[in-house]
Amino acid sequence: MTWLTAEIAAVNQETPRVRTLELAARGWPGHRAGQHLDLRLTAEDGYQAQRSYSIASAPGEPLALTVERLDDGEVSPYLVDEAREGDRLEVRGPIGGYFVWDGDEPQPSLLIAGGSGVVPLMAMSRHHAQIESRAPMRLVVSSRTLADVIYREELNRLTAKGDGFEVVHTLTREQPPGWTGYTRRIDPELLSEVAFPAAEAPRVYVCGSTRFVDAAADGLIEAGYEPGWIRTERFGATGS
Amino acid sequence: METRDLKLDGNAIGGLMLELVGSDLTAAISVCGGCGAHEEMARLDVYTGAGIVVRCRHCEAVMIRIVQGRGRSWLDLSGTASLQLDQ
Repeated sequence: MTWLTAEIAAVNQETPRVRTLELAARGWPGHRAGQHLDLRLTAEDGYQAQRSYSIASAPGEPLALTVERLDDGEVSPYLVDEAREGDRLEVRGPIGGYFVWDGDEPQPSLLIAGGSGVVPLMAMSRHHAQIESRAPMRLVVSSRTLADVIYREELNRLTAKGDGFEVVHTLTREQPPGWTGYTRRIDPELLSEVAFPAAEAPRVYVCGSTRFVDAAADGLIEAGYEPGWIRTERFGATGS
Repeated sequence: METRDLKLDGNAIGGLMLELVGSDLTAAISVCGGCGAHEEMARLDVYTGAGIVVRCRHCEAVMIRIVQGRGRSWLDLSGTASLQLDQ
C-alpha cells in the first residue's frame, strides 16, 4: 500500500483541544466505518513522523479525521493548532478489518467511547443514519466536561431522528447546573444500566485508553456479555 | 487520549503489518504457539517501546516481535503457531 498525498480541504474546531480535518486524497479507495489510517508528516529537513488516526466520516462521505491535541505530542499539536486549508500531508489506508461496523447485522450495537475514542464510533453512528438502519444503536460517551464532548450538536440531531439511535453521556470531572446524565467514570453498575440485555447478544465496540477499554470490557463481562461480542480498540502513544 | 499507555492492541500495528507483509492482518486469526488460543490479531496485546512485542491475551506468551532500524525490519513470528488470512 502506498502513501497518498492528501490536502486539507476543511477544518472544524470541535472543542478547544479537538479538531476535525477533512482531507482530499486523490486515489483514496474508500473506507468502512471504524477503520483508521496512518498519517505521515515530513519536515523541511526530511524528518518524518507517523501516527494512526481513526476515520470520523461515514463510508462514502469525504474523508475526515478528528484529532485531539496531546500537549507533548509530535504530530497532534500541528494538526490541531497549526494545520490549515490547503496544507498537504500523506496518508496510507484504510486499515482494519476487525473494529468495523458495516450495518448488515440485525442485533443491537452498543458503542462505548472514552474521550476521543468516540471518533471511530462516530463513523459507525453516521453510517447507521446514512444507511437508514433501524437496528438499535446506543452510544455511551464518557467526557471530562460538557465542553469536552466531541460532536455534541450532531449527536443531538442523530438522536432526534428517532431511528433507534440513542446517546448516553457521562461527565466525569465537571457537570453544568441541572445536569441529569451520569457524573462518574464508567463502572459495572453504570454499564448494567445502559447495556442492552445479554439475551439480545449485542455487538459491542469500545474505544478509548487502555484503562477505559479494560474497565468497559470487564464490566460488560460481569453483566453477562460474552467476550467474543466485545470489540475493542485501545488508544495510546502511537495515536498521538 | 491523555494517557501514555504502552499497552495497546493489534489494531495499532495494522498499518505496520500491512507495510511488512502486504496484507491487513487485523482480522487474521492468530494461533498462540504457547496455549493454542485463537484470536483475531486485533485482540492481541501489543506493547510498544524500542520495538513491538505482541502477546497472547490468554497466556501472555510472546507471539510476535518487531524491531525496525537502519532501513530494515525484523519480524519474529516464532511464538505464533499459525495465521489464517481471508482471501
